[in-house]
This record gives sequence, structure tokens and C-alpha cells, in this order.
Amino acid sequence: MIAHAIVFYIFSLIAIVSAIMVTVSKNTVNSVFFLILDFISISCLFIMIGAEFLGMIMLIVYVGAVAVLFLFVVMMLNVAQQKNEWFNSSGRSSHIPVGLLVSIIIFFELIIVIGGWKYKPELLDSIAIEINTELTNTQSLGGVIYTDYIHLFQLSGMILLVAMIGAIVLTFRQRSGVKRQSYFKQISRDRKDGIELVDVENNKGVKIDA
Amino acid sequence: MAELFIFFDQIYRILFLLIPVLVSVAMIVWLDRRVWAFVQKRRGPNVVGPFGLFQTLADALKYIFKEIIIPASSNKVIFILAPIVTMTLALIAWAVIPFSETFVLADINVGILYLFAVSSLGVYGIIMGGWASNSKYPFLGAIRSAAQMVSYEVSIGVIIINVLLCVGSLNLSDIVLAQKDLWFVIPLFPMFIIFFISALAETNRPPFDLPEAEAELVAGYQTEYSGMMYAMFWLGEYANILLMCAMGSILFFGGWLSPIDLFPFNVIPAPVWLILKILFLFILFALIKAIVPRYRYDQLMKLGWKIFLPFSLIYVVLTASFLMYFDLLPGN
Repeated sequence: MIAHAIVFYIFSLIAIVSAIMVTVSKNTVNSVFFLILDFISISCLFIMIGAEFLGMIMLIVYVGAVAVLFLFVVMMLNVAQQKNEWFNSSGRSSHIPVGLLVSIIIFFELIIVIGGWKYKPELLDSIAIEINTELTNTQSLGGVIYTDYIHLFQLSGMILLVAMIGAIVLTFRQRSGVKRQSYFKQISRDRKDGIELVDVENNKGVKIDA
Repeated sequence: MAELFIFFDQIYRILFLLIPVLVSVAMIVWLDRRVWAFVQKRRGPNVVGPFGLFQTLADALKYIFKEIIIPASSNKVIFILAPIVTMTLALIAWAVIPFSETFVLADINVGILYLFAVSSLGVYGIIMGGWASNSKYPFLGAIRSAAQMVSYEVSIGVIIINVLLCVGSLNLSDIVLAQKDLWFVIPLFPMFIIFFISALAETNRPPFDLPEAEAELVAGYQTEYSGMMYAMFWLGEYANILLMCAMGSILFFGGWLSPIDLFPFNVIPAPVWLILKILFLFILFALIKAIVPRYRYDQLMKLGWKIFLPFSLIYVVLTASFLMYFDLLPGN
């Protein structure tokens, strides 16, 4: 039990410190690396409370895909440089009220969460679905999501689909002059399309690029 | 005291797994070069030790005694971390690989998800190395490899879903035991082909070795690395390839199971079968390297997103409908 507690505190310490480092560190790429460390330690915490499926999905989705895209964008944009320029420019003061508002809201939410901690035993009693300790995580999650909550599940899927289509539509631009390849066109070519027999007139030659 | 004993016991088990894995990585590099050479009618490494078996050890010694050069303008912490991350991720995945019914380090319920997660983290070593070098070619290599690995992960994930539909469990031992009567390579043969090609892309093997395409990018993300750090990248890469072969043999070739449950076959111990299957898949990997030319980058992306992903999604629907219609769905 003591070992369990020690490991728990190690992971939570790493999570909190790296979360602070995300906001503090000067280099944006380093921030993303700290974010990844944060994700990993949180998924370790998930695994420690027995939510192994959630922990693994956290690793696959957030660390394996989302954070890779973050890194991708941050490295490509070279945000570190832009940020420093922006901090020195005069335009920064107009963003302060918005930032303050968001941070105040998050602060009050945190207070509510921590204050609600003492209602946790009552909350656990009020859970409608019985917790079956015999089943594995995956089976019990599947049993709930794909039966009782199938409509909500499909609704969230639809929302994600709409968001995806929106993102594609917003960023899609048709570029002209791009040479594209089509396998079917290439394979279905025969001699007739490729070769043209021309009777060349004397002293005139042939114009190739018509 | 008891806890200390458990601790040392675990360390002993981990070493008992890791040291053979590292040695076999060295041997597999030799095998790779040998197969490659035989296809091209060369001899390959055949001087150091019997059949040139110790060639890799000689190479490793050479790397150890070379100087490690850290570029002046690099981000030093991340530059040093990158090969360590690659190597660590390639090795920790072996914790869940079952070598027999009892011989497995960690028999966790979400084994296949763990494998998938670790292999999807493998891209970080490459991105970190490419970015921290602060140089053009490594960065281009890193970007290519990140896009490539993320794309092919998606189709590997869908292929895993296919297998899971037939098994009904995420546990690797359960996946192997479900193939007692029929290896999944027979009913899911198209999925095996796609898995194999995606595994080539995921491990940056030819014909998908664009991140380190030597004709375009010098050596890709490894350009600035030297000495032991380069060797660690290299070891991690081959450990990843072995891991992908192990994953393929567990998902499709029945892991440690013998092909037929008859006398001469079933006396051979279970781990030997797994090792033989891994070797078979690895020789296929090596042959592909020797006989197929490199893909172009846009073709690679097209193959991943426009052909493999829709095809494996359709196969998920087909598998699910088949299992449902013939009432073959695995029960709880």
C-alpha cells in the first residue's frame, strides 16, 4: 500500500510540475513536450486507479495523435519567435481582459470541484449503473456505451464528423496548375492514346506541343 | 523484506527478457544484411566470427569508441533524449508479448492497446531527434516520418479491431488462444497483407523509408547523430521491427501455438514457435527491402489514406456482419 502511495505521489508530482512548466517555459516546443509528459503521467494515474482502458486510450489518442499534430504545427510555425515579438508589441494589452475572464472562470470551477469533493461518497451511491468488478474495463464500457447510451454515443460521433467536415471545408483550397496522377488513367492508356501517326510535310516539320 | 524480494524478482525477470531481445536485435541486423546480400548475389557480412555472426557486435564496439558529436546550435537536452526515447519505447513494449501460456512479463487486460500505444509513441524519438538537430535535412525527415507514422497507425488500429472482433478480448494471451483451431491469417488474409505493409511504413522500412531516404535527405533524422547515440537509434529501429513482427505473429499466426497439434510439433516448446514465426516475418521484411524500389511521398500518403483505410473499414463491417449472421461472435 505504501509503495502504491509513493508511486501515486511521484506521478501526480510529475503531472503538476509539467503542467506548470507548460505555461512557464519560454520555448513553445518545450511547452508541448511538457504537455506530452503531463498526458503520460495522467494516463499512468488512470492506470493506477484501475481505469486501464481509459489510460491506454489517453496515450493513443492524446499522446500518439493529438500531441504529434501540436508538435507538428508548433515546429512548423516557429511560434517561439512570434510570441516574443508579440510580447514586446503594443497589441498585447487588448487581450488581457479576455484572458482574465477565462482564468477567473476556471478558478471558480476549480473551487467548485475541490469543494464538491466531500460529496463524493453520496455521489458514488447515486450512480444508477451497478459496478461489476468481475468484468474487465473494456467489457463494462462497451456494455454501457453500445446499449443504454447508444444515441448519445452516435450523437457525439455526428458532432465530431461535422467538426471534421467543417475543418476540411475551411482549409481546403483548390490550387490550379497541380499535376495529379491517376492510376486508373495510367493503366487504361493504350497505344491509340499514346501514339499519334503524323504525315510530315516536306520542309514543314511537326508542332509537338499543340 | 518481502517487497524487496518481489522487486529483485521483477528485475531478474525483466533482464531475462531484455538481454535476449537485445542480443536477438544484434543477430537480426546480421540476418537482414545477409538476406539482402543473398538476393543481390553478394555474400554479405561473413568475416567476423562463424558466418559473420559477430559482425554486429564489432559494429557496436566501433560505435561505442567513436566520438559523440553534439551540434553547437542544437537543443542539447532534447538532442540527447531522442535516441533514449526511441530505444526505451522499443524495449518496454516487449513486456506484454506472451512467449507461452505462462511465460509473459505482464499479462495485462489491455495488452494489444498497450502495444498499439507504445508503437504510436515511437514517432517521438524521430521528431525530437529531427527537431533538436536544428538542421534542414533532419527536420524534413522528422516531418515526413511523423506524417507517415500517424497515417499508417490509423489503418493498423482498424486492422486490430478486425482481429478483436474475432477474439472478444484485448488480452494478448486470449488473442493467441482464440486461434487454437484456425489462425487468423486464413479468414483475415487481406488484413494480414495490409498489416504487413503498414508495419513496413510504421517502422520506416523500405519501400517506405522516406524519413531517411539517403538520396534526398542524407540520412534524415539521423544525420547529425554519431557514435553511441546513432547506435541507439539503430538498435531502437530494429527492436521496433522485431516488435512489429511479434505483433504480426500474435495477431495473425497464432503466437506461440504450433501449426498442428501432432506429435513431432507439439513437443517443441512454445517460445520456439513464436521465435520461428517472428523470424519468418522478419525474413519477409528483409526480402521486401531487397526487391522493392522506394515509394514516392504522395503515393505513400495516398496508399495509406485512400486505399488502406477505406478497405480495412469495409472489412470491419464485413467481419462483424459475418460473425453476427453465422452467430460466431465470441461470448463473454
